[in-house]
Amino acid sequence: MLRKLFNFNGGVKPAYHKEASTTQPIADFHAVAPMPAEFVIPLHQSIGGMPHPLVTAGETVKKGQLIGGPDGYVSSAVHASTSGRVKAVEMRLMPHTSGLSALCVVIEPDGRDEWIERAPVPWHSMAPDEVRDAVRDAGLVGLGGAVFPSHLKVNPGRKGKLDTLVINGAECEPFITCDDMQMRERPDAIVRGAAIMRDLTLAGQVLIGIEDNKPEAIAAMQAAVSATGAARIEIVAIPTRYPAGGAKQLIRVLTGIEVPHGKRSTDYGVQCFNTGTIYGIYEALELGQPLISRIVTVAGNVERPRNFEVRFGTPMQDVIAQCGPKPDTDRIIMGGPMMGYAMPSADVPVVKATNCILVGSQALFPPPPPEMPCIRCGECAKACPADLQPFEMYWFARAKIFGKAQEYHLFDCIECGCCAYVCPSRIPLVDYYRFAKSEIWARENEKSAADEARERYEFRMAREEREKQERAAKLAAKAAETKAKQAAAAAAAAAPVDKLALIAAAQERARQQAAAPQNTGNLTPEQQAQVAAAEARRAQALQNEGTD
Amino acid sequence: MLDNSPYFRQPASVRSVMLRVLLALLPGIAAYVWFFGAAILVQIALASVAALAGEAAVLALRDKPVWLFVSDGSALVTAWLVALSLPPITPWWMVVVATLIAIVVVKHLYGGLGQNPFNPAMAAFCIMIVAYPQLMSQWPAAGHHASFAAQWQLIFGGARTLVELDAVTMATALDTLRTALHAAESKATVAGVLGSQPTFGTFGGRGWEWVAAGYLLGGLWLIQQRIITWHIPVAFVATLALAAGLANFIAPDRHAGAMLHLFAGGAMLGAFFIATDPVSGATTPRGKLVYAAGIALITWIIRAFGAYPDGIAFATLLMNICAPLIDLYTQPPVFGHKTDAAART
Repeated sequence: MLRKLFNFNGGVKPAYHKEASTTQPIADFHAVAPMPAEFVIPLHQSIGGMPHPLVTAGETVKKGQLIGGPDGYVSSAVHASTSGRVKAVEMRLMPHTSGLSALCVVIEPDGRDEWIERAPVPWHSMAPDEVRDAVRDAGLVGLGGAVFPSHLKVNPGRKGKLDTLVINGAECEPFITCDDMQMRERPDAIVRGAAIMRDLTLAGQVLIGIEDNKPEAIAAMQAAVSATGAARIEIVAIPTRYPAGGAKQLIRVLTGIEVPHGKRSTDYGVQCFNTGTIYGIYEALELGQPLISRIVTVAGNVERPRNFEVRFGTPMQDVIAQCGPKPDTDRIIMGGPMMGYAMPSADVPVVKATNCILVGSQALFPPPPPEMPCIRCGECAKACPADLQPFEMYWFARAKIFGKAQEYHLFDCIECGCCAYVCPSRIPLVDYYRFAKSEIWARENEKSAADEARERYEFRMAREEREKQERAAKLAAKAAETKAKQAAAAAAAAAPVDKLALIAAAQERARQQAAAPQNTGNLTPEQQAQVAAAEARRAQALQNEGTD
Repeated sequence: MLDNSPYFRQPASVRSVMLRVLLALLPGIAAYVWFFGAAILVQIALASVAALAGEAAVLALRDKPVWLFVSDGSALVTAWLVALSLPPITPWWMVVVATLIAIVVVKHLYGGLGQNPFNPAMAAFCIMIVAYPQLMSQWPAAGHHASFAAQWQLIFGGARTLVELDAVTMATALDTLRTALHAAESKATVAGVLGSQPTFGTFGGRGWEWVAAGYLLGGLWLIQQRIITWHIPVAFVATLALAAGLANFIAPDRHAGAMLHLFAGGAMLGAFFIATDPVSGATTPRGKLVYAAGIALITWIIRAFGAYPDGIAFATLLMNICAPLIDLYTQPPVFGHKTDAAART
């Protein structure tokens, strides 16, 4: 059956360099290389809250043991990559351009590589919430590189069911072949995972999109669909054009739907997962195995480019060493050449986001020629897959007129790098957008902090004013009372006859008061305790207000 | 230097863009030399030297990297367009002054490459035609032009006599038509003028029609090379043809037809090389259509009713002013924000 495909505007066709790393099958890194001296496992490996450490130095852990507990709903679990002793829970350099450190669990392997107890998750008979918890506790995040917690996406959305579940096997970035090789070698598991996800999201159809420069992967996946007899799952070959593997671009190509920035794709009846994530779902639910490793492509300036299955926390330099880095190597990039990040050191660990370790050199990635002024030629606009006007955003970002940059839809930019790739003036356009976005975020944070401070200040001023007025009112009332008493005394002295009448009136008031119901009388001990607690809280609140 | 992704780039450069624009001008220049002699080559050389010298001097004054910018080719494109807009037998200082105005005043005083709101060549042309209307209207006659030695003498020889000039110049097609039709109580008709004057060729200005055809050829190559998009030339040619054709249909005696308008004067140069200047023009796809249609329409109005024989330069400047506004109102819909995208779901 020939499916009608849609098109997205723009995009580029860079040299793909994918052949070199696909000549060898995927190798289990820990079978071909010695165990690293230590695994440095960052706790924060996904979008969202930072998982809290569940182990302390000196403890022994087993392979697959939970070592980082998810912090809140938007967070994911982290597990021990092997069995051994926790050497430390400390700050270590992160695989990020910033060169910042973050909390890591450092595990010294004991060499036994001993698993925890594993059991398949009976997802068929579980409530959707329980399945989501299981996915979260297995540490599953988007392995295409975005590392968004997967459990949040195991969700049919507001409509109650999905029209289309899109599985992303496009892998459009040059050099990266981890999904390609996984689809070639483990298609059955991916198709089974897709079937699980189809059932969990009540999807009407599952479309697995693969760029047509991966004929082996397409054939293997098609064979697996036939062999497993999975219903409503279709392998779709899509034209090779970067960034066809962007989630929104792939959804557009397969379904024709354009999901706007800031909207959930489920609102349009679509959800998208990477093939690697789907494979992880299969392992987590069918085998009860948490996510402790992934396929990593090592490519670029190395003698033997290859894909490895690498445990998280393995130092990148260990992995690179297996591939024979060439002597002129000058940098390590995590990800592909279009969207990857340069690493601060080769010492950083492999994490869930590490789809590729790209080894660079001056010859492979020459420094850009000098930047020229923008001549508004419009090449960037032609190449932009988000249909933006990059040169206008550049203009305003450069002039630090961020509001205008936002009006030109800065936040719709997916930072794919197509604009900078085609720019004849060699302007690092994406850097300008990253800069503008971070400035806008910083300003918004500052503004909300300032708003809070202002609200606190205004509240305090209002309270002080109120208290002042209350004090004044009290004083005035007291003065009036004294005055009235004096007046009454004077009147009594002047008219003794009235005294009897006054006494009678007072007696009458007292009688009425005695008859009135008292709401604090006749209480049970529990009720009295509650009243006391309430009083204590009130006192506490007053005290807090005072210290504020 | 920033070291962030993307780590590799397409081998494109401003220089390669500019060089291809220069290449695309060659067919038109070849036809120019064939019909009007080699004088234009002298003017192009003069303009090129003046442009490079002026550019280098200003860059040095502005503490900019001189070689990087001088070698980008943008000054040469401006120089060639200035030279091709001026009559080829004007004195040497005319083209030098015009080029320096274009480079120093219109380009660099506004901030240099990429910053100028006006098309440098056209702004220089306007200043020259206002300042030296007579020198700017001495165009050579096609075919029986002066020898190269005589042309050289006209360019560098200082004093020129009217007799000398009359022998080798001829009013252009558009000028002839305008003069004949606009003369007080003129009884002339378009057909009458066209039939009686040697300045008209087969379908445009004599000789000039082939120069225009050369520009058309080069321009189509630029589209094929993806240096320019189809929007501006197509909108320009269509609008000019439509306006001229309509006027010609309504009043055939008073208005020349579409072909004459397209193949006389600077229409083809304007459509493919002037209006397509991205720095001073509109940049959105729809904006380009509006912008080019505006230039073509104003050009036709100036040609049909104005005091100048041709109007490309004035029309271009007028639309340059409107370009930012046109861009603002013709922003293309962003991915996911198209109205039909919502309708599909």
